[in-house]
Amino acid sequence: MIKIENISFDHCIKCTVCTMYCPVSQATHLFPGPKASGPDAERLRIKNPELVDSSLKFCTNCKRCEIACPSDVKIAELIQNAKWNYLKIHWFRPRDFFMSRTDLVGGIATLFSGIVNFIIGLSIVRIFMHLFLKIPFRTVFPKYEKTTFRRIFKKELRWSQSEYSKKVIYFHGCYVNYNNNSLGRDFVKVMNALGYGVEMKKEKCCGVPLIANGYIEKAKKNAVYNIASLQKGGGDSKIVATSSSCTFALKNEYSSFLELDNSGIADRIEFVTRFIYNEFLSGNIPKMKPLGIRAAYHSPCHLERMGGVMYTLGILKKIPGLELVVLNSECCGIAGTYGFKNENYDISQSVGKSLFNLIDKAVPEFVITDCETCKMQIEMNTKYKVLHPVTAIAMALDIK
Amino acid sequence: MNRIETNVIIIGGGATGAGIARDLSMRGLLCVLIEKNDIASGTTGRNHGLLHSGARYAVKDHESARECIRENKILKKIASHCIEDTGGLFVTLPEDDPAYHRNLIEGCKYAGIEAKEISIRKALEMEPNLNPDILSALVVPDGTIDPFRLSSANILDAKERGSTILTHTKVTGVIKSGARITGVECIDLKGRKTEVYADLVINAAGIWGQEVSALAGIEIKMFPSKGSMLIIDYRINNVVVNRCRPPADGDIIVPGDTVSLIGTTSKEISYDRINELTVDDEEISILLSDAEMLIPNVRHTRALRAYCGVRPLLAVSGEAQGRNISRGIALLDHHERDGLEGMITIAGGKLMTYRLMAEKTADLACEKLGIKKECTTHLVPLPGSEKKIARKSRIKDFTGIPDSVVGSTLYRHGQRLHSILTKNKKNYRVICECEMVTEGEIEYAIKKLEVKDLVDLRRRTRIGMGPCQGELCAYRGAGLFQEFGGSTPEESVILLQDFLEERWKGMKPVLWGDGLREAEFTYWIYQGLFGMAHMDEVKHKKKKILNKDILPADAKTDNKKKKGK
Ligand SMILES: Cc1cc2nc3c(=O)[nH]c(=O)nc-3n(C[C@H](O)[C@H](O)[C@H](O)COP(=O)(O)OP(=O)(O)OC[C@H]3O[C@@H](n4cnc5c(N)ncnc54)[C@H](O)[C@@H]3O)c2cc1C
Ligand code: SF4
Ligand code: SF4
Repeated sequence: MIKIENISFDHCIKCTVCTMYCPVSQATHLFPGPKASGPDAERLRIKNPELVDSSLKFCTNCKRCEIACPSDVKIAELIQNAKWNYLKIHWFRPRDFFMSRTDLVGGIATLFSGIVNFIIGLSIVRIFMHLFLKIPFRTVFPKYEKTTFRRIFKKELRWSQSEYSKKVIYFHGCYVNYNNNSLGRDFVKVMNALGYGVEMKKEKCCGVPLIANGYIEKAKKNAVYNIASLQKGGGDSKIVATSSSCTFALKNEYSSFLELDNSGIADRIEFVTRFIYNEFLSGNIPKMKPLGIRAAYHSPCHLERMGGVMYTLGILKKIPGLELVVLNSECCGIAGTYGFKNENYDISQSVGKSLFNLIDKAVPEFVITDCETCKMQIEMNTKYKVLHPVTAIAMALDIK
Repeated sequence: MNRIETNVIIIGGGATGAGIARDLSMRGLLCVLIEKNDIASGTTGRNHGLLHSGARYAVKDHESARECIRENKILKKIASHCIEDTGGLFVTLPEDDPAYHRNLIEGCKYAGIEAKEISIRKALEMEPNLNPDILSALVVPDGTIDPFRLSSANILDAKERGSTILTHTKVTGVIKSGARITGVECIDLKGRKTEVYADLVINAAGIWGQEVSALAGIEIKMFPSKGSMLIIDYRINNVVVNRCRPPADGDIIVPGDTVSLIGTTSKEISYDRINELTVDDEEISILLSDAEMLIPNVRHTRALRAYCGVRPLLAVSGEAQGRNISRGIALLDHHERDGLEGMITIAGGKLMTYRLMAEKTADLACEKLGIKKECTTHLVPLPGSEKKIARKSRIKDFTGIPDSVVGSTLYRHGQRLHSILTKNKKNYRVICECEMVTEGEIEYAIKKLEVKDLVDLRRRTRIGMGPCQGELCAYRGAGLFQEFGGSTPEESVILLQDFLEERWKGMKPVLWGDGLREAEFTYWIYQGLFGMAHMDEVKHKKKKILNKDILPADAKTDNKKKKGK
């Protein structure tokens, strides 16, 4: 018997709205949906843990069900918990181990980025990965940078930051550090234009890929490290992140899912677009030149869960010369590391299909979205380049 | 008028009647069991299903205690799929007299009940939701027993051995020939009369036994003691939790399948009120506040239903109180007692002593009929409880049916699972999402388990017993009666309406919070969306239909013929 503390499942009134909104249960009959896997099944699991269903693994943790639920049931959280508490997977899973160690793998890969990028691009290697690591052949891995963003910051950017009277602490996350240095540069540029200097604390991977792959203890360790590090001597300056999933983890999941005390930082953490939105609102709008492009905007699931989409749209609308097509809310299907696994590939693709169609119909020049894995998925499946909202602003600032 | 002849008539399809039918048919006798409502719809389906270890009686009533522990051990063997060997705890709260703990240990020792004192830390490990302020804890071999499954399995066995089961058929009179009873008259729901003749009539009508014996002009006096219980919509405990004090109101929480039951109150009622059973607010607040003392979490849970039952105890002396009166078994041979040959009455006892009651009754019956066969019910497992529960992973690998479905079906039907969960589309369609009841299970129940309406179906499968109380499964279930039970669409709608009314009755006393929200939502679905608010026209038709068979075996062909015309 487990000690029953989290009883949000008991508020469910079985309206089934969540299942209607679940992109995975729309895509496959293998997943019975959030109602069945969350509140319904929780009662059965409490009765007897052996009644846990292996279909839980198909949940992408996109959290769309939680947005839809009128009873505030923490459905996705219940499913994540059940996945790892009841399914009890102990054996070593090389693929999941490396996929979830984004900072470890990224740290090494950036040292040999040329070779690594070359090797993982080879068909023969991709066949090998398909067969032995169960990573779909069609996966295009994000390229590794030659260096890390931290090194760039230390070498080039740090010196000028003390010129600004106000400051923000930047949580860059693994993707900026190892795969997309230029987003980090754009962030610093935009912050500086707003009159903020950027500071960085030591950080580890936020833990999202670890949680998704069942390494809860390791995720907790990282979280404890991050909470301590971000708390240290920051005063009350905001902690700003460019990844929507990192933000959600730092601000919400550390306490609600990992059951850690993040009260010292939770209120100071902000997703970058909300931070900029508030600056814009108070009249702090830097000079931007007309971009003259047409872009489609895709709202990532986790940003929707945080209620952050309106801020992104708010700042995008302030960019002159940006013709914006706001796409209907759809899940892209990648869900972090989910779509990078053979067993999920077909589901991931069919979940994403409606989004890809919408993008094609919009005939944009670029796609804009806030999330790095959405970006990978869209770039893998459409012909468009995907920009971060911060990059869009940086582009408008750059125009001479 | 129909006429049936048989060896023995059993009046009452509670656990006792079902047990007698099985026992006698195992001794080679043909029985007709007549039940006015459904199997286990009387007191048998209205208790908290505790498989007593006997500890609750160990201080005051050694005979009952000994009976309990003996039957406890037997049932764990022969009825394994109806029983959960959860174990039980007796915990002393700061409010309780600490001396009772000692008395209880003594009493258990005397009665042969294994009772072990454990540390408070150990108790909290066993049952983490327990009140951490307890002063002492005792482990006893309590368990839980599912009365519906138990009765149904006994009936199934009796039927497979040649007995006839008439449910929804009420005994209205006895047929006498001189000073001997030779049969009974009965009438079914649609008003059709049947005469059943037999060498012996057994009155196993529980609390209604007084009425039944009156039909034969015999007076027996029952002592109705009402007990109310509350259902919590999920399991808040996995071990039976008893309060270590002399039995009183609200002192036990029993886990039962997916829910937990808080029991019970005890209140004398007059015999003429045994059919109008309502739970009042006072009882509910007693149960809730007392249960909270044992498991503080109760405060945050959702009470699903309140219900009550009447203990079928035979009055021995006037001043006894509900709980103090012996739960002993009373077997009356009316030839000896009243000079009327051909009828015996069995009453008293407990759900979990049903087998012993059946054995004693069958022994007497055989003696009277001159049959020399020994009882074997303590040795032969019930249908579903044969051998060890099969590895369910095998079923799963073969069919791909999810564990939650396989496990839930196994809980309910034991080994009969193999004839239910075949690789058939029906078993992939979940009809009741709270309790994981598939279309296949419903087909099996309707065809094999004496199911005549949705309420009966609920007793066999748990459909509609989860937190939604039928919100999503009721209409699907009603539809399936057309497919598997041959009901017409109108009849299905009536079944649906009756079912919803029955669910509503039990929910009404505990409607607040999330339960209320859910009920409102259900109301909207059925009354608004499905238009059940306009059912009066259908109700009108009901009268006409009642003169027909609700579920005639050949209804399907009948309907087709009509369509053809
Ligand atoms: C509140 C409460 C809690 C209890 N808790 C427990 C417990 O935890 N453990 C335990 O072991 N026991 C418990 N009991 C006792 C137990 O429930 C009963 O002793 C047992 O169920 C009696 O079964 P029965 O078959 O004798 O009677 P019933 O189940 O009442 O069966 C009698 C049947 O006869 C039918 N009938 C009546 N008149 C006619 C007629 N004229 N024609 C045809 N059929 C007729 C009725 O419909 C009924 O189905 C509890 C009782 C109560 C009230
Ligand atoms: S988190 Fe997403 S995939 Fe998982 S159940 Fe909810 S909606 Fe479905
Ligand atoms: S949306 Fe919420 S209340 Fe409705 S079924 Fe899903 S979990 Fe239950």
